[in-house]
Amino acid sequence: MSCNNKEARELMHQYLDGGLPTEEENKLRLHLEDCEACQQHFHELKRTITLIQSAESVTAPEGFTANVMNNLPAEKKRMKYMRWFKAHPVITAAAIFFILMVGGMLSMWNQNTELVVSKEEDLVIDGDTVIVPPDVVVEGDLVVRNGDLIISGTVEGNVTIINGELIDDPLENETLMASVGEINGEIKQVDRAFEWMWYQIKNFFRSLFTF
Amino acid sequence: MDEIIREKIKHVKKGDQSAFEDVVFLFQNKIYQHCFRMLGNRQEAEDIAQEAFIRAYVNIDSFDERRKFSTWLYRIATNLTIDRIRKRKPDYYLDAEIKGTEGLNMYSQLPDEQRLPGEEVENMELQRYIHQEISELPPKYRSIIILRYLEDFSLKEISDILDIPLGTVKTRIHRGREALRKKLRHV
Ligand SMILES: [Zn+2]
Repeated sequence: MSCNNKEARELMHQYLDGGLPTEEENKLRLHLEDCEACQQHFHELKRTITLIQSAESVTAPEGFTANVMNNLPAEKKRMKYMRWFKAHPVITAAAIFFILMVGGMLSMWNQNTELVVSKEEDLVIDGDTVIVPPDVVVEGDLVVRNGDLIISGTVEGNVTIINGELIDDPLENETLMASVGEINGEIKQVDRAFEWMWYQIKNFFRSLFTF
Repeated sequence: MDEIIREKIKHVKKGDQSAFEDVVFLFQNKIYQHCFRMLGNRQEAEDIAQEAFIRAYVNIDSFDERRKFSTWLYRIATNLTIDRIRKRKPDYYLDAEIKGTEGLNMYSQLPDEQRLPGEEVENMELQRYIHQEISELPPKYRSIIILRYLEDFSLKEISDILDIPLGTVKTRIHRGREALRKKLRHV
């Protein structure tokens, strides 16, 4: 007992998928009334679905979630940064701008490594060291860049040392001479702040690009 | 439920692992069961379900939050099970049967109240048989039958999960039903 009505078969499946228009449904019903083979087939299909739905159920083994969590890859530092950057675009943009700005300043700074003294008359320059001799009085401010400074004489104005430091005159200590160098203005050393900043920036770059 | 998941996923994307723990907990039974039905045995089901969650975590940034998370998760799990089925050695089936039987025996020894009563089928043996028959279908029919009748997804959702056209889903579910009808008609 069989039926070759392929359309009826097709309609049954459409019916089971819930997309059969009323007109087609009537067509199917009419055929089923007449055809025992299709009735049987339709019944078996519906019963199959019921049977499928009664297939064994299982639940995850104990400790499943804990196992998953233990096996997650440790979040890479890089991922953390990337996540953070994505979550904070404005801060990221500001940070990048800051880095570029400071970076630009630094490269300008580094290009300029020659010893520069704001005035040279009466001063002694010995390699990278600028010396204010004992009998010399500098009337105004004194700026030394990329070099150290020894003051045995007198500076009336402010002293600024960029990328260098003020060192004691070794002779002075040895000979215990009374004449101590004098600075009447303020003294400022820029190199320490600079070094600190440079260190910070290097650290930041290192953590960002070298994992 | 969807809203809770959506919130959790936002936190996971920001790097909050404990939010992911909640997500795993909420989906563990569904995903494990799906893998079990696809693979037919518990050991592989556990491995693959674990792997599915780990992949979801690692690739969370590629998940589009406007879509449904469950769909995405089922897709990962389904693809992994199909990969696993493809990689099985020819002599695998013998082993699986033994392993599967062990698991099921353990299960059938559980006290009565822990069993889930089938509507028509009370008999544990029959439930096992049905599970067996489903897991012997060709994978492309198997996944659809499972998603439709055991996980209760609509045909449209299945088309999203498997990333295949709706028409193909319909054709395959028809064939899957016919194949199972032949196997189960004498039950
Ligand atoms: Zn007929």
